[in-house]
Amino acid sequence: MKRSLFILLLLFILIPFKTFALIEVDITRGNLNPLPIAVSPLSIDENSRKNFEKILQKKNIGSEISIVVEKNLKTSGLFNPLNKDAFLQAPDIANLKPRFEDWNLIKAQALITGKVNFVEEKLRVEFRLWDVLAGKEMMALAFTTVPNNWRRVGHIITDKVYERLTGEKGYFDTRIIYVAEEGPKTRRIKKLAIMDQDGANNKFLTLGNELVLTPRFNPTSQMVTYLSYFRNLPRVYLLDIETGMQEVVGDFPGMTFAPRFSPDGKKIIMSFAKDGNSDIYTMDLENRIVEKITDHPSIDTSPSFSPDGKYICFNSDRSGYQQIYIMNSDGGNVKRISFGKGLYGTPVWSPRGDLIAFTKLHKGKFYIGVMRTDGSGERLLTENFYQEAPSWSPNGRVLIFYRETETDDKGEGFSAKLWSIDLTGYNERLVDTPTDASDPSWSSLLSN
Amino acid sequence: MKKSRIRNIDQGAIMKLNKILKNAFLIAVACLALSACATSKKSTGQMQGDVYTGTDTVEYLASGVPDRVFFATNESVLTTASRETLRKQAAWLRKNSDVTIVLEGHADERGTREYNLALGERRANAAKDYLMTYGISSNRISVLSYGKERPVDSGSNPLAWSKNRRSVTVKAN
Repeated sequence: MKRSLFILLLLFILIPFKTFALIEVDITRGNLNPLPIAVSPLSIDENSRKNFEKILQKKNIGSEISIVVEKNLKTSGLFNPLNKDAFLQAPDIANLKPRFEDWNLIKAQALITGKVNFVEEKLRVEFRLWDVLAGKEMMALAFTTVPNNWRRVGHIITDKVYERLTGEKGYFDTRIIYVAEEGPKTRRIKKLAIMDQDGANNKFLTLGNELVLTPRFNPTSQMVTYLSYFRNLPRVYLLDIETGMQEVVGDFPGMTFAPRFSPDGKKIIMSFAKDGNSDIYTMDLENRIVEKITDHPSIDTSPSFSPDGKYICFNSDRSGYQQIYIMNSDGGNVKRISFGKGLYGTPVWSPRGDLIAFTKLHKGKFYIGVMRTDGSGERLLTENFYQEAPSWSPNGRVLIFYRETETDDKGEGFSAKLWSIDLTGYNERLVDTPTDASDPSWSSLLSN
Repeated sequence: MKKSRIRNIDQGAIMKLNKILKNAFLIAVACLALSACATSKKSTGQMQGDVYTGTDTVEYLASGVPDRVFFATNESVLTTASRETLRKQAAWLRKNSDVTIVLEGHADERGTREYNLALGERRANAAKDYLMTYGISSNRISVLSYGKERPVDSGSNPLAWSKNRRSVTVKAN
C-alpha cells in the first residue's frame, strides 16, 4: 500500500518531466486559449533601484519593465499574463531557480524572470524564460543600454519570448507613424505623429499648419514619405525623423500622392495626377530619375511593392470601378486580381510576400481583408461603417488600420481611431492614441 | 460613363449652335430631368439620382453665378445642371478677364483616401475642361484636389455625401 502510493507520487512528479516537447504557441489560427504566462517583476537590488529612481523618476524600474512585457503579451492575444498577486516566489529567488511546483499551482505554463542592475550609469537587464511544465530554462539573455531605453528593453524581451514560443519574429520593438487629427470634421487639423507600438512616447512631427496625409516608413524606419499640402500644393515629401529635414520628392507639375518606399528603400513609388488622370511613377532617391510605371487614362493609385521588389500591386478603376491589380515592377504584365463583389482599394503587400491586404466597400459597409497574390482565398477580417488603409506588422501577423464613426442627425460625434486585428480575424483592438488618429504605418523591427 | 472625357463631346462648335438649338435644348433638358426622376431610386427635393440639386451649400461668384457643381457617386461626369452652372461661370470669367481661379475637387467620405484624392482631381478637371471649351484659358485655372478631406456637410447620410461630391470654383486673386 505504502509502496504503491510512492510509485503513484513518483509518476505524478515524473509525468511533467516526460513532456519532452517544449511549449509552443500556434499563431496560425485564432487563439481562444491564450497561453498562461507568469511575468515575474524583474528583481533589483536597493542600490540600483535608487539610482534608476533618480534618473527615470520610476520607483521600481524592474516592475515597470515587466509591466511593459506583460501588456505586450496580453495585447498579442496569444498569451494570458497571470495576476502578480498570486505569485508565491520572490522575484530574485525565482530568477535563480524557480520552484516550478509553485508556478504550476497557479497554472502558469511559462515564466519570465529577470534582474536589473545599474552598471556604470547604464541599465543592465538579464531575463530568463522558463517552461514550467517541463521544468526547464528555454532562454536566457542580457542587454545593456542607456537607462532611457528601458521601455525598449521591455519590448525586446517580449520579441524574444514571442519568437521563442511561436517560432516567428515579434513586432513589439517597433513604432507607428500616423496622422493625429483634431477639430471639426469639416476643418480637420492633421499632424504627423509617431509613437511606440504600445502607444508610449507619442511625439508630433508637424505643427498642423498644413494638411498632411498617408505617412509611410522606409525599411530602416528612419525616413518617412508622406503627402503634405504645404502652400496648397499637394506633394509627396520625404522626412528624416532624426534630423527633421524635409524635402519635396521630385519636381512634378501637379499633385503627387499615395507614396511608399521600395523594399530596398532606394525608390519612392507614388501617383502623379495630371489633367484628370492619375498614373504611377517611381523616383530613385539617389539619382532622382523618374520613371512612369503605368500609362492608362484611368485612376491608378495606392501602389505597393512586393517584398522582393519584383512586383507592384495597385488600385485602378480601369475596369470601370476600383479594383486591385498586380504588375511587374517595370509596369509590364498588368493583371486584375480582385473579382469579388464590391469595390477594392488600398492593396498592401504583406512582408511575408504571400498575401495582399486591402479595403473593400460592399453594400455600404467597409471591410479589411486579405487575399493571395493571385486574388484567390479572399478573407474578410472585419466589417464596419468606415475603415481603411491597413498596414502590416513587420512579421505579417497583425494589421493596423483606421476607423471613422458615423455621425448623428446633427452631424456630430465624428471620430477617427486606430485599430489592430490579427491575420486570423481575432483579437481586434483599439490602439490608444492621445488624439484622434488615421493613416497608420507600422515600422520594421528596430532591433534584431 | 465612367470616365470624364467630356472634352471630346463638347467642342467649341456647340457655342455657335447654341442659339439655334436653344429651344430644342431646353426640351431635351426637360426630358432628361423627367427620365432621371422616373428612373432614380431616390428623388428627394434636393437630390436627383444621387446628385445634389439643392442650394444649401452653394455660394456665388457673382449674382446668378453659382460657385460649385455636384457629382454622382464615383463619377466625374458633368450633369446638365453642372454644365449650365459652368457656362455661367465661363461667361462671368470672360467678362472679368483678370480673375484667375482654383477648381477645388472633392469626394465624399465613402471611399478610400488615396482613390478619393485622384477622384477629386478628376472632377475638378472635368470642370476645367468644360470651362476651357467655353474659351477660358488654362493658365487662368489651377486645380486642387482635397479628396475627402474637406467635407462641407459633416453628416453621415446620402444627402450630406451628395453635397460633398463637388467641384468648387474659387477666386484665386
